[in-house]
Amino acid sequence: MKFSIVIYAAPYSSEAAFSAFRFVSAVIEQGHEIHRLFFMGDGVLNASRLSVTPQDEKNLQQNWDELIRKNSLDSVLCVSSAIKRGIVDAGESKRYELDGVSAFESSEIAGLGQLVDASVVSDRVVSFG
Amino acid sequence: MDNTITIISRSAPYGSANARLCIDIALAAAVFEQAVNFVLLDDGVYQLLSGQTPAVIDSKSVDAALEVFELYGIDNIYVDEGSLSSRNLSSEHLAVEAKPLDAAGIAALIEESATVINL
Repeated sequence: MKFSIVIYAAPYSSEAAFSAFRFVSAVIEQGHEIHRLFFMGDGVLNASRLSVTPQDEKNLQQNWDELIRKNSLDSVLCVSSAIKRGIVDAGESKRYELDGVSAFESSEIAGLGQLVDASVVSDRVVSFG
Repeated sequence: MDNTITIISRSAPYGSANARLCIDIALAAAVFEQAVNFVLLDDGVYQLLSGQTPAVIDSKSVDAALEVFELYGIDNIYVDEGSLSSRNLSSEHLAVEAKPLDAAGIAALIEESATVINL
């Protein structure tokens, strides 16, 4: 079955983003397909490459990055949500003349059309947050 | 692309970003020519109230955003009757026209939709 996952929740503030991560891992382990991850609202903070956690705590952002790269997942950050929260890739950083890149390269910054496409193409759209 | 997306917007207009996210999703879906049902449920019904003055808290008006739905071809705006009555509200309090629906009606909408966004 083809799944798309929408994540609205920030990491650490609630369990939702962790649940999303575990759900995506389970979907892949059980041999299903992830069509797309779509991060929206506070969910875009899951793609921050500038997060540091204590050694005995899981760094969810790094875990997402590893999961996305290992499985070559299509991961999209909603552009309007991302840039207002300071989550920018090299392209947005340059466009707005900012002095850094805060998003992992494993996610792409794009528009809501990617969410609409995911809803059309996927058998299931599952939201967290 | 042929697909009905039902968006259930259940948060009050300004306390969180949820109301605005639902509106953005609805407009994007309409731009990509999807059939959209927009349902106001629970505290989401407050989004429809007349007399909103969000400028005083540096916010943009949610009811004005809902009023442009028609221009995007979104005609199916529904409001849960039970959510209105439990908040002592009725259609005369609303700035945005929405079709009243009971719980069974909302269940039917969900049943016939390919995708449901619930926020």
